[in-house]
Amino acid sequence: MIRFSDDKLNEVKQIIARYPDGKQKSAILPVLHLAQTEFGGWLSTETMDYVASVLQLEPIEVYEVATFYSMYNLKPVGKYIFEVCQTGPCMLNGSDEIIQYIYDKLKIRPGETTEDGMFTLKTVECLGACGYAPMMQMGKNYREHLTKEKIDHIIQECQQNLAAKN
Amino acid sequence: MAKKLLLEKAHIENIRLYDVYRREGGYRSVEKALKKMTPDEVTEEVKKSGLRGRGGAGFPTGLKWSFLAKPEGVPRYLVVNADESEPGTFKDRYLMEFIPHLLIEGMICSSFALGANRSYIYIRGEYAWIVDILEQAITEAKNNGWLGKNILGSGYDLEIFVHPGAGAYICGEETALLESLEGKRGNPRIKPPFPAVKGLWDCPTVVNNVETIAAVVPIVNDSGDAYAKIGIGKSTGTKLISACGNINKPGVFEIDMTISVEEFIYSDEYCGGIANGRKLKACIPGGSSVPILPANLLLKTAKGEQRMMTYESLSDGGFQTGSMMGSGGFIVLDDRQCVVRHTYTLARFYRHESCGQCSPCREGTGWMERILLNIENGKGKMKDIDLLWDIQGKIEGNTICPLGDAAAWPVAAAIRHFRDEFEWHVTNPEDCLKRNYGLANYADALPA
Repeated sequence: MIRFSDDKLNEVKQIIARYPDGKQKSAILPVLHLAQTEFGGWLSTETMDYVASVLQLEPIEVYEVATFYSMYNLKPVGKYIFEVCQTGPCMLNGSDEIIQYIYDKLKIRPGETTEDGMFTLKTVECLGACGYAPMMQMGKNYREHLTKEKIDHIIQECQQNLAAKN
Repeated sequence: MAKKLLLEKAHIENIRLYDVYRREGGYRSVEKALKKMTPDEVTEEVKKSGLRGRGGAGFPTGLKWSFLAKPEGVPRYLVVNADESEPGTFKDRYLMEFIPHLLIEGMICSSFALGANRSYIYIRGEYAWIVDILEQAITEAKNNGWLGKNILGSGYDLEIFVHPGAGAYICGEETALLESLEGKRGNPRIKPPFPAVKGLWDCPTVVNNVETIAAVVPIVNDSGDAYAKIGIGKSTGTKLISACGNINKPGVFEIDMTISVEEFIYSDEYCGGIANGRKLKACIPGGSSVPILPANLLLKTAKGEQRMMTYESLSDGGFQTGSMMGSGGFIVLDDRQCVVRHTYTLARFYRHESCGQCSPCREGTGWMERILLNIENGKGKMKDIDLLWDIQGKIEGNTICPLGDAAAWPVAAAIRHFRDEFEWHVTNPEDCLKRNYGLANYADALPA
């Protein structure tokens, strides 16, 4: 059953309060971010329908937004998502080699998830870190000045984090 | 050493925190504006300063403010555009990350001038950690009486909110941004009506870039005239340039607009020269949308004059031999780099970011991407180069918003200045696949 905790519902209320009365539709983007984080890293139809009900909107209003923006995942993803930038400035500094190296290590191409459900690789367009290229987004943060050694280290760090949680 | 107005204090330890920022003279402009000035006087100073929009278009900010409709009983809004997404551009991120109170301070003065009681920062969703930084700054500002009701006893009320996007370059276009802020897909609106008349929730709205709003702080503090004295001609004040690509010192630099492009690239104060001992081949000086220039035309105009880091000098010669200041995203290519491949990545970017409303952009960007990939992979034909030229020309000017132009210009400029490199790809398919470009014809013999 998809349902925000009372804490999260409170957060939703605070988000809605940023906008004038009757303009709660504006809360779609931030509430979808919240829902994606809370409900497994992606937006299922059930999740989107739930967001629509919370914001008193028609489901279609949520679907059309969720399908427009690239940060919303519309299918299941791994526990860790490597979103590697591949636009011009990152390409000039070797993003192609980074994407290839991730394949060599994890055997996943852009859009794919490792069989153990641990890692997803996504290629993304410019994330505004061009001076610190090559780079990728991982969760809320950026990993910059990537090298093969850094990728090794990050993969190891994820595995250790997960082991510590279990 | 160039004069710094925005980043002078950005390196001070803990300047992100209110107490440090205030101790360093922060929020003085708010005291001055709210206690000693009328809203129109603030606008007048901004007009006098000659400040031009720092997001890319370079439109005079004071003039934009003066277009704001002021019907009785209708709320007005200031929306700060922090959807920084133009490839090569990462200056607003730097400002918000390291000196967030400067933006909040600028927003208070600007909102006061515009008569807005509720203002938003629309920030790209990927800058998720900066959302936290901004929200902390807003809370601190509020706790210290700079936001809320009756600020400094002036009778003026203001609340500021952060609104994250979710990954869409198009939302940097101001009407798409407003659609997104209303909780919709980021499809640009047909103008007119302009946001100044009918913007957020159909109310009069001003949308300004982060750096533009931050610049209002020194303008209020030191006067518009003082600001206008910095720079050359209509390029007044300072500009943040985010430099990247194959240079020794990538990063964000605040320049006063009096230095040459050559100095900017080769001086240790800025880019520190081309990395790895290579030579300069080409540069996109103002974000991926503006025309790429080969080294010779970058450093000197077609008339043989030194090219300066100003709006006017960077665009000298029009698109035939010049480029644009744009957003200040300065992308440098060394002599190993392939212009075809670089252009292909930009074409892919624009295809990915097209909202899909207008056919020339929706279809044209994908078409250009496919042709460029073919050429890059050694599968292109000579006539494909002419076809590319034809397609870009049919996108430009034929779409609701400027994304179409932004997609067309990089392709046009690459063919205009580097046609022989495209032709080389067609005549050397084997070498293309090996990525053995062997092209250093554009590197200038100037500074080593």
